[in-house]
Amino acid sequence: MQRHSTLLTTAITACTLAGAACGVQAQTSAPLLPSSVKIVSSLPRTGSANAQTTAMVNGIRMALTEAGGKVNGVEVLYEDWDDASPQRGNWDPAIEAANADKGIADAMVVAYIGTYNSGAAKVSMPKLNAAGLAMVSPGNTYPGLTKPGTGEANEPMVYRPSGAINYFRVVPTDDVQGFVAAEFAKTLNATKVFILHDRELYGKGIADVFNKSAKALGMEVVEFDGLDTKAANYKAIATKVKQSKAEVVFYGGTTQTNAAQLAKDLLAQKVDVKLIVPDGCFEEAFIKAAGTNALEGRCYITFGGVEPKLLGGQGKVFYENYKRLYGMEPEAYATYGYEAAKVVLAAMERAAQAGSLSRSAVLKEIAATKGFSGALGTWSFDENGDTTNKVMSVNTVKNGDFETVKVIGN
Amino acid sequence: MFDWFDSDVLLQQLLLGLSNGMIIALIALGYTMVYGIIELINFAHGDLFMLGSFLALTLVGAAMNCGLVDPALMGESSHWWLLGTLVVVCGIFCGGLNLCIDHFAYKPLRRASKLSQLVAAIGVSFIIVNLGLFWGGLPMEVLGGGGAAAAPKDFPHLVSDVNLLGEESFVVMTWNDVVIFVVTIPLMIGLTLFVKFTKLGMAMRATAQHATAARLMGVDVNKVIAATFAIGGFLGGAASVLYANYNSTVSFQMGFRAGMDAFTAAVLGGIGSLPGAMLGGLLIGLVRAMSDQYVGSEWTNVVVFSLLVLILIFRPTGLLGLKQREKV
Repeated sequence: MQRHSTLLTTAITACTLAGAACGVQAQTSAPLLPSSVKIVSSLPRTGSANAQTTAMVNGIRMALTEAGGKVNGVEVLYEDWDDASPQRGNWDPAIEAANADKGIADAMVVAYIGTYNSGAAKVSMPKLNAAGLAMVSPGNTYPGLTKPGTGEANEPMVYRPSGAINYFRVVPTDDVQGFVAAEFAKTLNATKVFILHDRELYGKGIADVFNKSAKALGMEVVEFDGLDTKAANYKAIATKVKQSKAEVVFYGGTTQTNAAQLAKDLLAQKVDVKLIVPDGCFEEAFIKAAGTNALEGRCYITFGGVEPKLLGGQGKVFYENYKRLYGMEPEAYATYGYEAAKVVLAAMERAAQAGSLSRSAVLKEIAATKGFSGALGTWSFDENGDTTNKVMSVNTVKNGDFETVKVIGN
Repeated sequence: MFDWFDSDVLLQQLLLGLSNGMIIALIALGYTMVYGIIELINFAHGDLFMLGSFLALTLVGAAMNCGLVDPALMGESSHWWLLGTLVVVCGIFCGGLNLCIDHFAYKPLRRASKLSQLVAAIGVSFIIVNLGLFWGGLPMEVLGGGGAAAAPKDFPHLVSDVNLLGEESFVVMTWNDVVIFVVTIPLMIGLTLFVKFTKLGMAMRATAQHATAARLMGVDVNKVIAATFAIGGFLGGAASVLYANYNSTVSFQMGFRAGMDAFTAAVLGGIGSLPGAMLGGLLIGLVRAMSDQYVGSEWTNVVVFSLLVLILIFRPTGLLGLKQREKV
């Protein structure tokens, strides 16, 4: 009996050892981890947003370099795709759709960084959602993409055919920004506001929020109108603004949708009014296109976050490194490109350590991002896929450059 | 909120409509002349106009770099000589370019189907747009043109911004408006006289009526066509300087909308008719301004094109287009 039991013990021990050995072997040969995976970005490269995109792509490349181009030993490739066309000089729905399809078809792609324009996200979100591919936007601020009850009745579920969440963003949304803009108009002692928008998802969306907030704050909205974004000038509109005696004009639009021309024509028609524009104009191209005369002391730009040079902590390190690497000041969205790539790479690292770099594993890890410490501070993704970071700033133009006049929610 | 019978507002909108309309009319002449002669809708015309404004921007930058003008004085004092030079130089540039386009792209297809010529025109348009994109990327230090090729560029004010009606006046009229009238009206009168009274003008009208018959009468049709392209291009080039100065913006995409407006104006007035193009341009400028003020800018394009449809229903040949129209 004694002998028998010893034999049994030996057998069990041997088995266990062998099993353990087997297990170890399975992990080292790693049949589940590919030798390389790919992340792609889909951002507007053709058109005046290109400078902003270059900054975001630079940010992404920096994040990748800092990770040594690898997660847990697996090589991470990166491709920089354009979602704009020369015909539009702006993002193009057909190209964004093609990019989404291309990303889905390429089995190596595990994360899709994009888009810059909220309207473009609307095109690719349902496609990527159905395919279960994670999408992280450095620039979309239209609230309806993620937050129920802020946009159309069917938003955001219409973007989630699979029912699950695959879309995340590192930038605060316009329901916050539009309100901040309205509050700022109030501090300018505005009693009457004139609201214009570019009839795009982003521009109209933020103008709607501004409209609601302005009314709630007791300001009179004298006009709410959409602009023809390709018009030669807005002198006729400027005349209407002058007639209305509004103290503030809010334009929900971007540099690409002619915000600079509006600023110029308000000056040309000698309208004594302050122009407030959202973050879509927070780029050098806006100042270049409008000329400083039309902006200095006349225009305020709201932005979800603060200028890179005002960032603290890791953000400061990022700012310094960026300047050293690229020899120029980063555009405002560089930080968001960097942060988006950082959060994706961190999630990939965790997924790889857990043994899988499949799309679903990466997606699961991105969604689980909590207390992430990056260039924008410490933040998490909430249940909608939005960042919990809500820092906003109001900026103006001075001596040909942006200058922050107010930081809110810091 | 908005008083409908505010005479100041009405006056201002009329002025804006006329200024914008004059520029459109000048471009529209290029469309209508070419159509009148060879029945080609020269889609590249709007983009040619865009290229003219890039040349103007470059020349202004060069003038600044050479110290001929002081950037700090832009918008304060007027640089008439510079503006005048630009109108002539950009006009000649666009006229010459239009001549080359005709020679290399359209002439070989003269006997081919109309559709081939149309496709060639669209192709030329794409080429020019991309040339503009390239040009915008060239370093123009003074104007900050380098770097972002596609970004709209700020065009400095070549004439004074002072309100000629007094700083207290609601209606703003500056030398910018005056320049448009001073340049456009003589050009239009000159063109009309040229077509009516010169030998080449007569040859143009003859070719427009019947090219073969004109050739049989000893008219050098190819020369006439070339002259038409050159004159149309010149007007587009002159318009480009006025446009850049008036809107103080230059962008590689501006040719599309300007061309669209001008083409609509030409059709509205009766394509092939010179006074028609002028009338159409003014009408579109005025309707746009009025619609922006009284209907809402969201509806402006709807208003303009509804008007076009209505006019074409009741007068299929346009306002001044006759069945046996005098085409050029």
